Amino acid sequence: MLFEALKLVFDPYVLWVIFASAAFGLFVGAVPGLTATMATALLVPVTFFMEPVPAIASIVTATAMAIFAGDIPSCLLRMPGTPASAAYTDEAYAMTLKGEGELALGAGLVFSVIGGLFGTAVLILAAPALAEVALKFSSFEYFWLVCLGLLSAVFIALSNPLKGIVSLLLGLLVSAVGLDNPAGFPRFTFGNAELAGGLTLIPIMIGMFAVSEIIRGVSRIDQPWVMAQAKIGNVFRGMWTLTKRYPGPVLRGSALGTAVGVLPGAGADIAAWMSYAVSKRFSREPEKFGTGHVEGIIEAGASNNSALAGAWVPALVFGIPGDSITAIVIGVLYIKGLNPGPSIFMNNAVSIYAIFMVFILADLLMLPLGIAAIKSAKQLLRAPREVLLPVILLFCIVGSFAINNSIFGVVLMLAFGLVAYLMEENGFPVAPAILGMVLGAMLEEHFIRAMIRADGDFLVFFERPIAGGLGAATIAVICVPLARRIFRTAA
Amino acid sequence: MPGQKFGPAWFPGVIAIGLAACGGLLVFSGLRQASPWLRWPEWIGRRRPLLGVGGVVAGLLFYVFAADALGFHLTGVVLLTLWVRLLGGSWRVAVVVGVVATVAIHLSFYKLLRVPLPWGVFEQYAF
Repeated sequence: MLFEALKLVFDPYVLWVIFASAAFGLFVGAVPGLTATMATALLVPVTFFMEPVPAIASIVTATAMAIFAGDIPSCLLRMPGTPASAAYTDEAYAMTLKGEGELALGAGLVFSVIGGLFGTAVLILAAPALAEVALKFSSFEYFWLVCLGLLSAVFIALSNPLKGIVSLLLGLLVSAVGLDNPAGFPRFTFGNAELAGGLTLIPIMIGMFAVSEIIRGVSRIDQPWVMAQAKIGNVFRGMWTLTKRYPGPVLRGSALGTAVGVLPGAGADIAAWMSYAVSKRFSREPEKFGTGHVEGIIEAGASNNSALAGAWVPALVFGIPGDSITAIVIGVLYIKGLNPGPSIFMNNAVSIYAIFMVFILADLLMLPLGIAAIKSAKQLLRAPREVLLPVILLFCIVGSFAINNSIFGVVLMLAFGLVAYLMEENGFPVAPAILGMVLGAMLEEHFIRAMIRADGDFLVFFERPIAGGLGAATIAVICVPLARRIFRTAA
Repeated sequence: MPGQKFGPAWFPGVIAIGLAACGGLLVFSGLRQASPWLRWPEWIGRRRPLLGVGGVVAGLLFYVFAADALGFHLTGVVLLTLWVRLLGGSWRVAVVVGVVATVAIHLSFYKLLRVPLPWGVFEQYAF
């Protein structure tokens, strides 16, 4: 089976796709305002026409490259290339100003690779093991899992859970549109045939992740980008010393990143913020943080790349996305007949192992291609925005149209693009909304199914041991932050 | 549905209750902070961003209503040219980008991926 998977990956066409998506990912990551999630949303219409393995491979490669490449403008422009680099942008820029730009870029690259490999190892080992357990799950367990996923998206690392809940509920509302519900009853369709089929998620995602970013980019079009350092030397110098000096932070960042990735709703950007904070908290030299100190970059840089792979664990095993990228990926998996769920490791084992190999390959490719991207940073960052943004926008239009060959896709893209822009500008996170859209149908279906089996008695939801445990965890996710808040105001 | 406790109205009903509750809480906390009812974004007073954002939204609306009649190719070239120009590119760059990018999308999406982009007024010249 391994041999068959190898044959799938080392096919010239697949290798070509991986290489092209790597270049695409590096470009998207390096240009501020273009994000890894946006890269995924833009890739979907293209992957539509590919075989399953190259389709998924292109997304895996492009996102891994983009998350690393986000570090490049952090160092040179003091602007994160993707939100996942924002946590240590000031630190990296401070290093560049001190003349340590090479060290910052090198640390970003090398420890991104290590973090990515760590996350991939966890994915390869944990996902099949988890699937064994999940095979025995019934609607009760699935209902609680979905609840836990939705709520952790709201309560983990959000300063304002209330706005997170509103975002989540709006997402669930979108998922309720159409005929596709347990009763098969048309909801919110207003007699419109386009709405009866439910809202197609891909144009919505293109709107929320690409169009909203374009609007943001256009609103800042008159602010010039200024490079802090034009010439970049050998970025590998000193990397071995750093690895020997900071083995703890590397490991801690990778582990925390993977864990945050596995949790639904929180992805690479939150992982980086948390790891940077943890690094400062446990550092022997916390006073150096913020002045151009490499330790936090190492830990958070490993963390965001490991989160990327971690997010695939719940996505593959349960069909519950671990971050916004896998929220899009789940749709692609269904289209390609790789339906996520515990049986994916039996029904599509060869494809899944091929995808695992792509993860490893993408991380290893990051070293040579990352160097190339760093060396050509000057050209990459001179990409004229007044040309780039309109071209991407036309690409979005065609991509949204291509999913159903319907202009309604473009309407959805525009509407949700505006909504997402307004939400983010006003402090409403969009990740919970995406999660609600992807998981809404699953939540309702498992609830109704479980309710029928339980004959309307809610206590039955806690009777099976795993379901009971998940239920208790769900309640804890709600109650612990609330209790802490009440306790804090009382004290 | 009558006689069924958890019918199709149940799920949207729960969402509605949740939204009403959260909305109420947000209004309450907003009133307590005495923040203004409406605040314009900081870029609204600057010419280029304002024209750009307005142009992006208007252009997308124009595409939705005009693409079927005018066709993808004509709409694409016109929109791209105007967008590049609005964002600060020269007319020469704008026209070149408009034509080249539209042709590239035609070749990749229409020819390679077989997406049936509308031809509109050029229907008889479709290739």
